[in-house]
Amino acid sequence: MKNYMKTRLTYRADFWVEVVSDLLFQATNFIFILVIFMHTNSLAGWSQGEVIFVYGFFMVPFGLFGCFVNMWNFSERYITKGEMDRVLTRPAHNLFQIFLENINPPSLSGSIIGLIIMAISGTQLGLPFEWWTIPALIILSLSAVAIYTGIYTALTSLSFYSDAPTGIIPLMYNIQNYGRYPVTIYNRAIQVLLTWILPFAFVGVYPAAIFLQRTEMMKIALLTPVMGAIFAGIGLVAWNYGVKKYKGAGS
Amino acid sequence: MSSLETKKSGRKLLLGAYIDFIRIRFLTMLAYRVNYYTGILIYSLNIGVNYFTWKAIYGEGGSAGVTLGGFTLTQMTSYLAVSWMARAFYFNNLDREISTDIRDGSIAIQFIRPYNYVLVKMMQGLGEGMFRFMLFMIPGMTIAMLLFPVQLPTDPAAWTGFLVMLFFSFLINTQINVITGLSAFFVENNEGMMRMKRVIVDLFSGLIVPITLFPGWLSSILKLLPFQAITYLPGSVFTGQVKGVGIWNVLGIQIFWFLALLIPMVWLYHAARQRLFVQGG
Repeated sequence: MKNYMKTRLTYRADFWVEVVSDLLFQATNFIFILVIFMHTNSLAGWSQGEVIFVYGFFMVPFGLFGCFVNMWNFSERYITKGEMDRVLTRPAHNLFQIFLENINPPSLSGSIIGLIIMAISGTQLGLPFEWWTIPALIILSLSAVAIYTGIYTALTSLSFYSDAPTGIIPLMYNIQNYGRYPVTIYNRAIQVLLTWILPFAFVGVYPAAIFLQRTEMMKIALLTPVMGAIFAGIGLVAWNYGVKKYKGAGS
Repeated sequence: MSSLETKKSGRKLLLGAYIDFIRIRFLTMLAYRVNYYTGILIYSLNIGVNYFTWKAIYGEGGSAGVTLGGFTLTQMTSYLAVSWMARAFYFNNLDREISTDIRDGSIAIQFIRPYNYVLVKMMQGLGEGMFRFMLFMIPGMTIAMLLFPVQLPTDPAAWTGFLVMLFFSFLINTQINVITGLSAFFVENNEGMMRMKRVIVDLFSGLIVPITLFPGWLSSILKLLPFQAITYLPGSVFTGQVKGVGIWNVLGIQIFWFLALLIPMVWLYHAARQRLFVQGG
């Protein structure tokens, strides 16, 4: 593990390029929020400060996920190039090995910026800092990471079934952003989708509502850890099932 | 047979080979078409979410005909649908393909083959684009029009103009992809560059926010960059809210950028070949 970190950090330039590209990605989303609020004062009753706070929260689990669960190139690297066979011969759980092999520290910069944004906009909004703020932040972030991991693991395990390079994951990338906006602006179908089917709203607006003291979302927000457990479970089951079906690379 | 004739028939063969590249990629894509059924759903969802976001931004004014940056809510919806569906056509992963070729070294073999590597890649991109046009963009557009209040022009001239503009969107976007891909020759790891490019193209081309809504200083910078020619200009002219900028103007800008981007692309290609020979000894 320690050696691994060293090899990653050897390529200093790469590290910084990735940090910059990550931050740029976040910056564009910020520009979107700023542009929106140049033309309106509230988005379904949410002020600019609140939307930015939600975004800050969203960045924390998103960065953790990007660092520890990096499955972007799974199909190409492990299935097409046959590295999965190597992983399967080792005793540790294969999914765990894959996570470890793909750790990507530059993503953590996003989490740090997210915390800073939350602190600044939280102060401006006059949010109270209670004894439970930090523990709640940790629990909610970890639950959100579990939701992400579950969704993406389940999707990635599809590549065990079809030899087609799954194009779904890049497409999904856009959708995860929508959980950051107050979901109440969407119509029923999209709300249900973002809450129960692809629960990206639990990675943004719902947990943030707890800190923002939005009473109308409080009940559903408290379900975040439950959703995390459920989706992590679904992901793991789908994965194990897929591995069982896996027959090895062609040759 | 005279040497001139062999040369001629050789050229004919080569042209046939390039067309084959289009055809083969089209057929390859067809084999993986199941991916694109989910793609249509996800793009429709993208349009839907953006539609509701804008509806919330317009608020009460949406039905009263309030305009933001020259767009009424209906025009904004049409613009979003057209832009996302145009993306369904012009998007491709040539940057990734090229940098993979460079990193695993297979580009060396491709360089000694008797055809132009970049041209082949662009042909493959075109094959992919044709597939995306028929099995992704057209069905997707139909679904989007059923679900959301999209208003498109009925004039056949507008449609013809749009298709031509769309083709140039494809060319410009593909050139940017090729340039990003070839940069792998000079940067150790261009993963970050590729991600940056993706984000910049989506934001600065006006896919996420039409360029007129950006703050003045930013939109005047964006007007000097090639990205607006990919999404914003064709989309806004086609859905008819930007007055004074006609199809011919947009085509002019697009042709300008197509020619201007040829310069770095060809230069990078030559520099890359040079570098390959040096490394190969």
